Amino acid sequence: MQSTALASTHIALGARMVDFAGWNMPVQYRPILDEAKTVRGKAGLFDLGHMGRVKVHGRQAEAFLQRLQTNDVAAIPPGRIRYAMILNDQGITQDDILVYRNPRNDGFFVVINAGNTARDLGIMRAVAKGFDVVVEDCTPSLGMIAIQGPLSQQITQRIAAGDLSQLKYYAWMETTVCGVPMTLSRTGYTGEDGFEVYMPSGKEQAVWDAFMAAGAADGLTAIGLGARDTLRHEAGMPLYGHEIDETTNPLEAGLDWAVKWNHDFVGKQALEKVLAAGGTGRKLVGLTSDAKRCPRQGYPLQKDGAKVGHVCSGNISPTLDTNIATAYVRVDCSAPGTKLDFVVRDKAEPCVVVPTPFYKRAR
Amino acid sequence: MRPTDRKYLKSHEWCKIENGIATLGITDFAVSHLSDLVFLDLPNKGASVTAGESFGEIESVKAVSSLYSPVSGEVIDCNKNLPDNLEWLAQDPFNKSWMIKVKVTAQSKALIDAAAYETQCQAEG
Repeated sequence: MQSTALASTHIALGARMVDFAGWNMPVQYRPILDEAKTVRGKAGLFDLGHMGRVKVHGRQAEAFLQRLQTNDVAAIPPGRIRYAMILNDQGITQDDILVYRNPRNDGFFVVINAGNTARDLGIMRAVAKGFDVVVEDCTPSLGMIAIQGPLSQQITQRIAAGDLSQLKYYAWMETTVCGVPMTLSRTGYTGEDGFEVYMPSGKEQAVWDAFMAAGAADGLTAIGLGARDTLRHEAGMPLYGHEIDETTNPLEAGLDWAVKWNHDFVGKQALEKVLAAGGTGRKLVGLTSDAKRCPRQGYPLQKDGAKVGHVCSGNISPTLDTNIATAYVRVDCSAPGTKLDFVVRDKAEPCVVVPTPFYKRAR
Repeated sequence: MRPTDRKYLKSHEWCKIENGIATLGITDFAVSHLSDLVFLDLPNKGASVTAGESFGEIESVKAVSSLYSPVSGEVIDCNKNLPDNLEWLAQDPFNKSWMIKVKVTAQSKALIDAAAYETQCQAEG
């Protein structure tokens, strides 16, 4: 199992550590629902050292990325970021990623899921063969820490150079923290304002400590992967292995906004066939349930006793104070307001289709 | 050392058999690893349970876990107040938080004593 530079810090903070995608990561330091509330109300600090980080540069870096993934990289201005997917030839999702165009316009930076890093690098290197491009795995040479929550900017501004109020959502900049040059993006996986910070490896502890010291008076605390999952789910963000995986395409997942048809990406032809056929007959929807049980991944969904789908993720939502779930259901059962049942231990429990995201912060 | 007056399963259930009646529960190790408990589903009086099979479910904020029975037989009593007082599991897993009582017809061969269970917990960390 791999460890990030901060593993001993998490253990000293009393974290419960778990194997997540081959990494020894903190799942929680405190009760998960309390941690989620801290991020919604104040701010939380996350070690994301397990995420895959890849630099892409060279004469044909842009053309390579256009082939690799679904979004239109040519339309990303310097210093901006887009969400995208890597597909296979069948149009099936291999990963969801963030593509950063360097602020100096001298290349790109791609952030990928920990559990898919090895496969993504394999796909990238295979696609790269046709291009004059360098794919550089920076996962070992860079650390990654996120601060998320409404107080993120005021806390981060105390330790980072540059005017953070000028940094737009899904934009990034070069800065210094503790005198060390690093990059910082206004991105995250919680539905709150916040930043993800990429520092040279070896500086993770100094940056973590600087954040903790700067945010202590504002109630900043460390947050584990358990609350991170609750927060992303409330905010309607997909998680690979749940809403998207080796059996889904981006259209049925409602991620067509991240697919741009003006370039020739891997999987495009297959997706065009899906479009021409009028879809796959199923759709990703949100559900809420006030039942005592929470709908969980894999539970069947029924309409009038007949199976119409299955649950992808289920969580107890501290923000909405109900059970929330995402699920693939037959298109004729996907309209908000549709009443369905989820089945747990042979018992049918009621739930209802609702629009997503479940939670949207006030801006 | 955990109580030596009973046996354990590697899946972290305990089982105390007196006069042919088994009292079942889960250990402090299970409770601390589950954390943030939200729901407990136990069988009713009169239900039958089978050694090695699930007799109920316990749900935490993030996951659902099956409870495995170390014995076969009929459920003759159920700790009805426990599902509404899940904090008892952290406070007193070995007494107050018993789950069901079973009239034993057969026992699992996988039951281990407290010392062997201790080793198991240390191995899991």
